[in-house]
Amino acid sequence: MSEIKYIERDPLYVVAPSTVSQTTKRAGKIIVWSSFLLMFVIAIIQTLHSNERISFGFSNWRPVLYAYILWAVAIGYSRVLIYGERGKRNLFVFPAVMFIISIVIFPLLFGLYISFTDWNLSSIDGRKFNGLDNFYQMISDPYYWNALKNMIYYVLAVLVEFTIAFLLAILLNSQIRGRKFFRIAFLIPLMLSPVAVSWMVGKSMLEQRFGPVASFARWLGWDTPTFFSNPVIAKLTMMCMDAWTFIPLMIIMLLAGLQALPKEVLEAAKVDGANKWTLFKNIIFPIMLPVSLTTLVIRIIFKLKLADIIIIVTAGGPGGATDSVTSFIVREYRDRSNVGYGTLLSFVYLIFIVILMTILIRFVNRWLQRAS
Amino acid sequence: MKNNLSEKIIIYGILLLWTFICLFPIYWTATTSFKTAASVTQGLLIPWIDFEPSWKGWRNLGFSPDTLFVESNPREEFLARFFNTAFISASASALAVILGSFAAYGLSRFNYKFGFMRNPDISFFFLSQLILPPVVLALPVLVLYRELDLLDTHIGMILIYTLTVLPIVIWIMRDQFNAVPIELEEAALVDGASVWMSFFKIVLPIVLPGIASAFILCLILCWNEYFLAALITSTDAKTMPVMVASQISSQSIKWWNMAAISAALCLPLIIVAIFLERYIVKGMAAGAIKG
Repeated sequence: MSEIKYIERDPLYVVAPSTVSQTTKRAGKIIVWSSFLLMFVIAIIQTLHSNERISFGFSNWRPVLYAYILWAVAIGYSRVLIYGERGKRNLFVFPAVMFIISIVIFPLLFGLYISFTDWNLSSIDGRKFNGLDNFYQMISDPYYWNALKNMIYYVLAVLVEFTIAFLLAILLNSQIRGRKFFRIAFLIPLMLSPVAVSWMVGKSMLEQRFGPVASFARWLGWDTPTFFSNPVIAKLTMMCMDAWTFIPLMIIMLLAGLQALPKEVLEAAKVDGANKWTLFKNIIFPIMLPVSLTTLVIRIIFKLKLADIIIIVTAGGPGGATDSVTSFIVREYRDRSNVGYGTLLSFVYLIFIVILMTILIRFVNRWLQRAS
Repeated sequence: MKNNLSEKIIIYGILLLWTFICLFPIYWTATTSFKTAASVTQGLLIPWIDFEPSWKGWRNLGFSPDTLFVESNPREEFLARFFNTAFISASASALAVILGSFAAYGLSRFNYKFGFMRNPDISFFFLSQLILPPVVLALPVLVLYRELDLLDTHIGMILIYTLTVLPIVIWIMRDQFNAVPIELEEAALVDGASVWMSFFKIVLPIVLPGIASAFILCLILCWNEYFLAALITSTDAKTMPVMVASQISSQSIKWWNMAAISAALCLPLIIVAIFLERYIVKGMAAGAIKG
């Protein structure tokens, strides 16, 4: 009973007259339905026109979009007319929900349809339904599984990035001069466009004849510093470049956690004579656990989107060693115009991600509960 | 005492090493943009000592002293891309901040029920958009945009960018609004203000710094976005990252040109980082602490 009451009562409790007259309610409903009807009629005309059943119509589907926007606005306005004060509160969340539904849910449904069709842009047949053929093709496609395997390595590299970021965050949090300078300097890689980084770091600094990194490697005694011909080295290089861009994000998040540590606890531990390592192991690390896990989850989310630098620097080579799933699908689209198959691959990837993130978040929550 | 000194040396050593790692690529880009073909291929490092700087890279962009006041096509082209990028990312960030702040405020103050979805579900619905990789949306959106005649338009880019940064805004702003004491608004409501009025007059001024952080974070993400821009834009709405990525000439790469244009792409955000570092850090930290 108390549970239900808690749900019913808003944190910000508004006492306001919520009686709405019948005429206003009816007006609200009329607005919604008439605008829906308008959209419906325009959509029908456009469908018939694009199927060449009727001669009049519009050159594109833009008018349907306008009618859709009008309809969405009408729904929002009718909330206020029908529900009064409650409706006004709904208006806070309504636009964002509507926006996401329009731009994500509809395209996703359409994409789901495409992924079961045989649609190659270079063939003249257009798209036709081919059931599970794409799926069978995927199962026997070694390059896709290779890309997925690469993603596992890329995600595991996050642990190394995390260790480096944690160390740097602790150093930044210690008694040092010029902290602001270091903070800005450490932040800068995150500001740089991945495209510029790909060109100036990936292709210029790692260039094997004149790149400064290659010269440095030669000075260290590596005779032929080629970063993108050996599969293992190529993968490690891509990991380093991606780490370089995103370690700043982790440093900042971890630093925020370190600065929020309770000072009294640290002082008390120091008085008790704890050395630095036990202080870290027994106090700092456990208290930092929630922040650390949040940082890791965020970083993994960004890692799963890894694509730009791979597309530009190696295009997946050598032999697919550096491919991420995204860069592989992009090649499927761009080089083979294999739209139906590529879309299926992206949906399967999405399913993997959703499963992975669900397990990860559940695991993190359970771990946090046990820790506290 | 001696122990303390060696510890200091190690700490500053590591910090300076990492600073060097962070800043050297910028130094490399900046110096390469003033090199000639010969000094690029020799991998020379220090201007005036190793090599004599030249304006070659910047001249090709129309930004060297001798071409600055002359009419120049590359400069027109570059400025058009620059304003595209600035306009699209600023509009998308503004739209995301508006939509996201409203949603975050609603979620922190009222209990909703949309069908089976209650507040935690709605929050999860918003945040789950962060997980969605752009590649999943890419092709369906491309087809949809072609039907709606939104390909290669500013508005189309703004809409898709708003979508990609909206979850981040909601995530940051939810904590910001939760930190504002509800009593303030309750007092205003008792005095007869409406919900929307108390939002604009009382809550908004308090969370303005948070909004600034969210806006800047969105701006950075949109400014650097390449994948979707490469897909959707071709001429009219083409952004700078796409322009940089397509600078490959058929024979060999003109490194001085590439460096100049990369530097121009990165410079605005480096300036932002230096002067608005506080807000950027605040935005990211807000996400970390609350989780």
